[in-house]
Amino acid sequence: MAMAAASTNGGLVEMNWDPITRIVGSLGIYTKIDFGKRKVAECHSTSSVFRGYSIFMKGKDPRDAHFITSRICGICGDNHCTCSCYAQQMAYAVKPPHLAEWIVNLGEAAEYMFDHNIFQENLVAVDFCEKMVRETNPGVWEKAAGTEAPHAKDHGYKTIGDIMKSVNPIEGEFYREALQVSRYTREMFCLMEGRHVHPSTLYPGGVGTVATVQLFTDYLTRLMRYVEFVKRAVPMHDDLFDFFYQALPGYEEVGKRRILLGCWGSFQDPEFCNFNYKDMTQWGRKMFVTPGVVVDGKLVTTDLVEINLGIRILLGHSYYEDWAGKEMFVTKDPLGNPVDARHPWNQHTIPMPQKRDFGGNYTWVMSPRWYDGKDHLALDTGGGPLARLWPTALAGLVDIGYVKSTGRSVIINLPKSATRGPVTFEWKIPKWSNAIERDRARSYFQAYAAACALHFIDKALAEVRAGHSKTWEQFQVPRDSIGCGFTEAVRGVLSHHLVIRDGKIANYHPYPPTPWNASPRDSYGTPGPYEDSVQGQPIFEENPPEKFKGVDIMRSVRSFDPCLPCGVHMFLGNGRVLEKVHSPMAFVNPSI
Amino acid sequence: MPAEQKKPVVHLLWINSGLSCDGDSVALTAAMQPSIEDIVLGTLPGLPQVAVHWPLIEYGLGGEEFMEWFWKADRGELQPFVLVVEGSIPNEAIKKEGYWAAFGNNRETGQPMPTAEWVQRLAPKALAVLAVGTCATYGGIHAMAGNPTGAMGVPDLLGWEWKSKAGIPVVCVPGCPIHPDNLAETITYLLYQAAGSAPMIPLDDELRPLWLFGRTVHEGCDRAGYYEQGDFAYEYGSPKCIVKLGCWGPVVKCNVPKRGWIGGVGGCPNVGGICIGCTMPGFPDKFMPFMDEPPGASLSTKAVRLWGGALRSLRAFTTKTLNQEPKWRKPGRALTTGYQPKW
Repeated sequence: MAMAAASTNGGLVEMNWDPITRIVGSLGIYTKIDFGKRKVAECHSTSSVFRGYSIFMKGKDPRDAHFITSRICGICGDNHCTCSCYAQQMAYAVKPPHLAEWIVNLGEAAEYMFDHNIFQENLVAVDFCEKMVRETNPGVWEKAAGTEAPHAKDHGYKTIGDIMKSVNPIEGEFYREALQVSRYTREMFCLMEGRHVHPSTLYPGGVGTVATVQLFTDYLTRLMRYVEFVKRAVPMHDDLFDFFYQALPGYEEVGKRRILLGCWGSFQDPEFCNFNYKDMTQWGRKMFVTPGVVVDGKLVTTDLVEINLGIRILLGHSYYEDWAGKEMFVTKDPLGNPVDARHPWNQHTIPMPQKRDFGGNYTWVMSPRWYDGKDHLALDTGGGPLARLWPTALAGLVDIGYVKSTGRSVIINLPKSATRGPVTFEWKIPKWSNAIERDRARSYFQAYAAACALHFIDKALAEVRAGHSKTWEQFQVPRDSIGCGFTEAVRGVLSHHLVIRDGKIANYHPYPPTPWNASPRDSYGTPGPYEDSVQGQPIFEENPPEKFKGVDIMRSVRSFDPCLPCGVHMFLGNGRVLEKVHSPMAFVNPSI
Repeated sequence: MPAEQKKPVVHLLWINSGLSCDGDSVALTAAMQPSIEDIVLGTLPGLPQVAVHWPLIEYGLGGEEFMEWFWKADRGELQPFVLVVEGSIPNEAIKKEGYWAAFGNNRETGQPMPTAEWVQRLAPKALAVLAVGTCATYGGIHAMAGNPTGAMGVPDLLGWEWKSKAGIPVVCVPGCPIHPDNLAETITYLLYQAAGSAPMIPLDDELRPLWLFGRTVHEGCDRAGYYEQGDFAYEYGSPKCIVKLGCWGPVVKCNVPKRGWIGGVGGCPNVGGICIGCTMPGFPDKFMPFMDEPPGASLSTKAVRLWGGALRSLRAFTTKTLNQEPKWRKPGRALTTGYQPKW
């Protein structure tokens, strides 16, 4: 089954991981590795599941859209639900009461706090834990054990080795604490949106949540526990990640790709957002996470209209039939701008199941790209946080006290909590878009989300104290209409495009972050972000091919926070499947 | 205890590659009664030792090393094991080639191995098959009218009368997503059953654990009092009964309003979210459009409103009385409580 003729010295060895574990969804990563040069020569990513949302949503009542699309994702379904409500609100021309928007923002902030926490500490951190580092880089482990942690007084771990031990699966105390944190942050989420992960209380027009003083008190008390937690988590991860740069010179090359970041903005400001497309440029810039596209470190746009019109869906090497020449649903946007045939509003999804062929078609993921007028750019989402903080920092539009954008950094001010005084963090724009910086940004964004939530609580309580309790606005579904919603799913850009005809859904195309990141080579041959960040990356693992685990590759892929049930096979060249099971199982009872 | 260590390890083989969102895997990380740590560390007395092969938080990096556990089970070398299936099973027979949903690769062909084939190969060897979430149990969202994949639930695939070699039917824990503690509790039950300390798991006709799904949403809903008094909400955000806004609670089997969603917090109608029937085999088609009043509710609420209205005004009268303190609680020189003082 292995294709490559691998020779032992310097030849290419095929290495595949399908499915990849410790992610949400089904992903396979197929690589060819040059062990002589200690480099990945080639990488393909593939997804193993097709469900067909855009197909079965046709003809349904548009008011069902957020209930249905929430089910796209089992860890950030609420982001879909929210995005769908945004799109519906545009289509129905309804603006929810302010209080409802603050409640949605609080729910979404809790989702970021929960999701980044569990992914960072229980899924990503395992790649950096003592057990893993001992197995892949014993030399690095020895160094870690003897390296003092610069921020030891802030997080309590004396050495880098202590940090690594604390994130060992199950046995590590920080690993176990993070699981608990993931639970009370989900309680915060459920206070606002009812259920995790498919909300029960979100509707177009507002929320069904009963807004009382108790609701916000219950949230705030948990939020302050989280504030106390991130005051430790951020410096601890800084220490851990900085150590990798220091212990393994050149580690910045791992998962590195050209700086091509997209962010569709998050957290609406109800004082400005009216969900009218014609005003979208203005209210988009009032979001508490600034939408934007960053190319080679430069902020290309912060205009949601421009972002919207630039989206193109290419089929590339995926299992679909092209829709060229088929009916266009939207030729002009409400501002009169032309809309491309390859824009999600005009997409037709025509699945063509077939054999997987890495020379031909090899995945169920299409290739979304952003057209800047010249090129179809393969933007990535930086796993979410990196691409959110970057344009927010550059644009200088956010200033609410708890968070402030400086034009080159983002300042996060956290108030006094149970045992710690006020703390200020500053996320500075990094030199690279790579695995370590994606992971580091994830810790900072947890603090950012908590700080924003403090602002939203102030705003929501002010509404309640002023006697406002209305959380939902009536609307009528028009016979014919269009809408679009933009937000940030936890792991990056999220858009929903909706076309209503005769009061039913005529077309609906959601674009979550993972198609952007996990896309295959597109029609122009441009590889997707997983592919090009792994392709060409150096290998630092000390194990020879027979014992190779691929941890550097997995750190790259996982830094994007993959969210498709994906996996990776692992087999070596010469047709020899790696049979030896040498990995200890974290969830095997340690007493066995 | 040495005697306990000799007991066989029960393996949990978890296939998350049905047509799913992985929301049921994520739900298990939210469970606290018991938590996944409790299950893995054997915190509960009498729980057998368990080895969990679960993609979501597996220590290993995946690939063949991870898949080897499933191949072992296929070869009959792994016993006993409980097969956990997440996601609906697409019909792979309706197309010429390729796959709708796959889990790892077929080692002979190098092509993706369909999830349906895994379930069919492993089910006969399993101690029990546990379908988690509404997709795996009954088809769910991905089996909605107009779907291209012919998706179905595990009992549809294996047969509703199917029984494991231990005589256990497909155990179905529906919910979209599954309730975290409902899942953790069912796993725990099966582990106790595997250890010989619990009798056959009691299931209803739709193969749901009886003690979890024996009552309706309405029977556990703290807004049912409003219904009884014929007091209905006409706008979302009201604390009253939301049956007229699309809630199907009176006819849906589910314990969520009683249990809350996580740590007792959240839920559905109890916190303002209409029940869309996500634990039912008829979900979602029979409940759509979700935001319309269920057809049966318009009749029943009319009937209730008459009686409930009268009840409400009588109760308001009683409440008014109860809101007043007894008359003897007052200052002054006379004691009027009824006590006869001797001083």
